[in-house]
Amino acid sequence: MDFPGGSVPFTPTLTFVGGTFSPRAPLPCYRTIDAAGHAVGEADVPHVLGQDTAVRMYQTMVKLQTVDTIFYEAQRQGRFSFYMTSSGEEATAIGSAAALTNDDVVFSQYREQGVILYRGFSVQDMAHQCFGNMHEQGRGRQMPIHYGSKALNFHTISSTLATQLPHAVGAAYALRLDKKQACSVAYFGEGAASEGDFHAAMNFAATLGAPVVFICRNNGWAISTPATDQYRGDGIAGRGPGYGMAALRVDGGDARAVFNATAEARRIAIEEHVPVLVEAMSYRSGHHSTSDDSSRYRAAEEMRQWRARDPVTRFQRWLIDQGWWDDAQDTAARQEARREVIQALETAQKAPKPPLSAMFSDVYAEMPWHLARQQAEVFAHVTAHPDACPADIPVK
Amino acid sequence: MMMWEALREGLDEEMEKDPTVCLMGEDVGHYGGSYKVSYGLYKKYGDMRLLDTPICENGFMGMGVGAAMTGLRPIVEGMNMGFLLLAFNQISNNCGMLHYTSGGQFKVPMVIRGPGGVGRQLGAEHSQRLESYFQSIPGVQLVACSTVANSKALLKSAIRSDNPIIFFEHVLLYNVKGEVHPGDYCQCLERAEMVREGTDVSIFCYSRMRYVVMQAVAELEKQGYNPEVIDLISLKPFDMETISKSIKKTRKAIIVEECMKTGGIGASLSAVIHESLFNELDHEVLRLSSQDVPTSYAYELEAATIVQPEKVVEAVHKVCGTRVAA
Repeated sequence: MDFPGGSVPFTPTLTFVGGTFSPRAPLPCYRTIDAAGHAVGEADVPHVLGQDTAVRMYQTMVKLQTVDTIFYEAQRQGRFSFYMTSSGEEATAIGSAAALTNDDVVFSQYREQGVILYRGFSVQDMAHQCFGNMHEQGRGRQMPIHYGSKALNFHTISSTLATQLPHAVGAAYALRLDKKQACSVAYFGEGAASEGDFHAAMNFAATLGAPVVFICRNNGWAISTPATDQYRGDGIAGRGPGYGMAALRVDGGDARAVFNATAEARRIAIEEHVPVLVEAMSYRSGHHSTSDDSSRYRAAEEMRQWRARDPVTRFQRWLIDQGWWDDAQDTAARQEARREVIQALETAQKAPKPPLSAMFSDVYAEMPWHLARQQAEVFAHVTAHPDACPADIPVK
Repeated sequence: MMMWEALREGLDEEMEKDPTVCLMGEDVGHYGGSYKVSYGLYKKYGDMRLLDTPICENGFMGMGVGAAMTGLRPIVEGMNMGFLLLAFNQISNNCGMLHYTSGGQFKVPMVIRGPGGVGRQLGAEHSQRLESYFQSIPGVQLVACSTVANSKALLKSAIRSDNPIIFFEHVLLYNVKGEVHPGDYCQCLERAEMVREGTDVSIFCYSRMRYVVMQAVAELEKQGYNPEVIDLISLKPFDMETISKSIKKTRKAIIVEECMKTGGIGASLSAVIHESLFNELDHEVLRLSSQDVPTSYAYELEAATIVQPEKVVEAVHKVCGTRVAA
């Protein structure tokens, strides 16, 4: 029968589907490299990962791990206020980033620094942003790790969860109107996928035919909330078909699988003007952020087991199997990364902060009178009370 | 021409001129909008530029933000301004903020528009005045149109502006008749409009209250008063140049608004006037606002909730004193 709401066959049987008593089988998880780092023989690999890309991916992973470790320690030492690591999810970020072009517009949540790093954001850029100094693109206005770069087509991170998902739909709509051969990419966690904006973005993208690649990092934890307390359905990938959207579940710790999943999703999105959902299964090895101590709610044994499945080590093993990497190169790469990160932090820490006047610009295209007045009051105050303004912050 | 036609004409002109201008919202495409502002435009510009969206205000508001940051100039229509309460997160946290937090890298040249205000017995949820809720949001500009002429001219400017503009239309003004400015006339978004020059008292109003005030003025003129009436137009930022020039002349101010007493546009304006023009005033600023109650469905109660012309007349008597007719 052709109802306006759908063309549906009739049935005389009263059978509910999909609930706790009749669950659907979980979507399988695509994988091409096993836990030990050896290639899975019969895996589909439609997008071959060549040496140059693979080595670049691995070098970025090394850099990312080094940044995450040292920046986290820098925060603990009080050098800047906040940091979030992406330990355990390096392959998800970098594997997917490697499959995109710079014309693809990226919207991220907060744990995808591997993506911007792969695209060309330097360690120095990251350090500048975390210190909020005058060199950083955001002009010192956002908290650490809220990177953004127009040049790299990576939108400035906004702390609100999942609000970037409808943005990605809007960007894809703009790309479609411009007839660009590009897609938008939206990263989010399995916790953020509970927000209303996730539902809105999925439904809109599918209904309006927006070329968005939705990449969910299902890392099992939303601060202290385990995924089992976040949803009852088949993860996030299981929701895709409900919206009329193609979905794939992939091993987020397998960089080659993530690369292939993303490349294929991108191809489908652009060629067919449809959104695609990719759910990368992984584990958040680190704490939620420097404001969290996950040993309060997670078993040490669980964390130890997952560290042993480190995606970077797995990919390294696969690279070595290809003959594209060796231990000597690894040691050298790690030493160089460490040197670069430490230097970047020092340079960023010494750089001046943006001036006080920068507080009032960019609220609007041009400064309206009421902000000019407030700015004048602030200037007058610091002139009368020089101690009110920290010594390392210029006024103008 | 009626106001809905004027808005439609402004929209059509800007869409024709600039291919990045597009409209998204519920029932804006084939249906032409609940108040006909986009009537028939999909035939000219297609389904993509007049985009019908599923029902999710925060969803299409976010979509508008993303499209604006990717080179388009989207106009997002709320079927009723009140529904945009659902879009508050995107409007406040992203639309208003991303230009600033991105260090100026990304801009959000959006127009957020729709009908608001108290209509005819539409019930509490369809009678919201959102200008008071939005006014604190940093980074957004608030504009309220009121006549056929200024509705088209202001909409054109709003579309061309690089700032996100929240553009307030009123449910009861879409069928108001008038003339539009000729040609490509764009009205300044930050300027108030002088409606009637006068000497006795400055009456500040916006949107439909302009008509309520002018009804009161007809009566006041008979009684020998000479009020100056200014339509604020720009609810944020206020046009302090026009406002202070008027107050320095009359030394008395009355604000007539449709939003609630508590935290309304009038509350902000009254504070600013007292702070910056205290010595120019002979009387404290009077605020005529709606009662702090949900708007009733019943006709008489609804009428009692909002400001009526008699209240304006009474307020003028209060600040100016009684007048012996000339």
